Amino acid sequence: MTTDAMASPVSKSRKGLMSRALSGTVLPVIVVVLGIIAIWYVAAISMNSTFQRSLDARAEATPSTVEFVVSTLNQERPVLPSPHQVAENLWDTVFNKKITSKRSLVYHAGVTLAPTLLGFLMGTGLGILLATIIVHVLSMEKSLMPWIITSQTIPILAIAPMVILVLDAVGIRGLLPKALISMYLSFFPVTVGMVKGLRSPDKMHLDLLRTYNSSTWQTFWKLRWPSSLPYLFTSMKVAIAISLIGAIVGELPTGAVAGLGARLLSGSYYGQTVLIWSALLMAAFCAAMLVALVGLAENWMRRRMGEKAEAGS
Amino acid sequence: MNEPSLKEPDVSEKSVIQIDDLSLIFETNDGPVHALSDIDLSIAEGEFVSLIGPSGCGKTTLLRVIADLERATAGSITVNGVSPEQARLNRAYGYVFQAAALYPWRTIDRNIALPLEIMGLSKEEQNSRIAKNLDLVNLTGFEKKFPWQLSGGMQQRASIARALAVEPDLLLMDEPFGALDEIVRDHLNEQLLKLWEKTNKTVVFVTHSIPEAVFLSTKIVVMSPRPGRVHDVIDCNLPRERTLDVRETPQFLEIAHRVREGLRAGHSYDD
Repeated sequence: MTTDAMASPVSKSRKGLMSRALSGTVLPVIVVVLGIIAIWYVAAISMNSTFQRSLDARAEATPSTVEFVVSTLNQERPVLPSPHQVAENLWDTVFNKKITSKRSLVYHAGVTLAPTLLGFLMGTGLGILLATIIVHVLSMEKSLMPWIITSQTIPILAIAPMVILVLDAVGIRGLLPKALISMYLSFFPVTVGMVKGLRSPDKMHLDLLRTYNSSTWQTFWKLRWPSSLPYLFTSMKVAIAISLIGAIVGELPTGAVAGLGARLLSGSYYGQTVLIWSALLMAAFCAAMLVALVGLAENWMRRRMGEKAEAGS
Repeated sequence: MNEPSLKEPDVSEKSVIQIDDLSLIFETNDGPVHALSDIDLSIAEGEFVSLIGPSGCGKTTLLRVIADLERATAGSITVNGVSPEQARLNRAYGYVFQAAALYPWRTIDRNIALPLEIMGLSKEEQNSRIAKNLDLVNLTGFEKKFPWQLSGGMQQRASIARALAVEPDLLLMDEPFGALDEIVRDHLNEQLLKLWEKTNKTVVFVTHSIPEAVFLSTKIVVMSPRPGRVHDVIDCNLPRERTLDVRETPQFLEIAHRVREGLRAGHSYDD
């Protein structure tokens, strides 16, 4: 889900809707979406048919093929809900509920987005800081990098409950624990990207500053930092998407109070597959919007730095 | 204009660059490489000295040693009477690289401002130096353009303006026109000569073009490879005021011939 959501807005943010329609990229996208929906329907029919057959047998009904298909697509708790069921639920929970209501999906998305953004900002800051240290202190690459990589080999699902519980024990609840988990995931791509970015200036540019007797600090702000910005934005796109995952995972051990993670959890508790799928789609939509937002910031930065208009595409 | 020259009033008699018995050996995985071997060279104030030789003869390395971008492993060298490191810390020279090396995210005027910002000059001083040096290289009106909007020759002129903005007495140029086509190169050679006339700087110029070296220089240092050493030093006593037509004169051809002979004798044409 997230990978699909991440890939599409990157290209979307580049051009306006009209020019995309004219250059003919809208049609292929629509065809692909229709294709996915068609496959989804076929899968829903086949996956729900077993349960529908046993329902029919219990009711001693003998439905026609059309009746059978219609009922597989409209079960109350299907194995795989059909697209229109999910769409209906999404519409209902997004537009027909007050956004302060616990039944509103917008409310839950908001609950998840707050720690996502906070964690993303903290993770980006930490990533930049670590990369700066690694680039400037030679021994740090050898001593810090292994730990940074090790941190990402531990499954986040194992760490999240510990973080939540430990912080809960010292009285820290709500936004911050979830943001910390987001940070834990998102600092990594930023660190790796920025180490590469801060090292990207070529030798000639570095030599030039050496002939000016430039200080390390001046070299950082005047050369390394601006050179690293393209790398920063690329890694921030990855970071913000996994920040969202971090926030959702952080909501799971709290006993499903609020947030998209809570919706996923309560959906699976009560077999509300439609609820799970609409929460999933909402999460994908949020990730897409967040990545698109970073993309907009990137375009703004590129224009400010005088990049040729065509160089971006 | 510059502090080091103020400290030494007899600078006109002294050489700006004095190199004695200088060697540089790079330690590589394949063993030591003698990049420079027993170099003796003296460059006086106001001279235009070209270092010429085939690839691998150490001409760029020698320029980098003068600029303190490489360190010699033996021998002695002074720049403005002090060590190259001290000269670099004094910002005694301007260095022009093979490529323009402009920052793509800075407009032309901001690129020229770069060394001035690092030196901590006031905004007014920066602006007046930017205007003056852009005028010197005939780039007035291009202040707000980004480097990619300029041709290669204009970019290299901007990088020369950047080097001049530091107001050094010494200009070190490493094949600055090597990547440009011949027509642009001829034009820039003429402009560079006029600039040298106007500013009276000492120039050390690395090139692998014989006509370029003869046309520009007061002194040509012919270098030969493996190990990099000075093969011959040729005085180039053409009149100071030169136009491109000077290249048709017998005097010019004679000097060019001597340079070519020097390169041949130094095994520069060997395979």
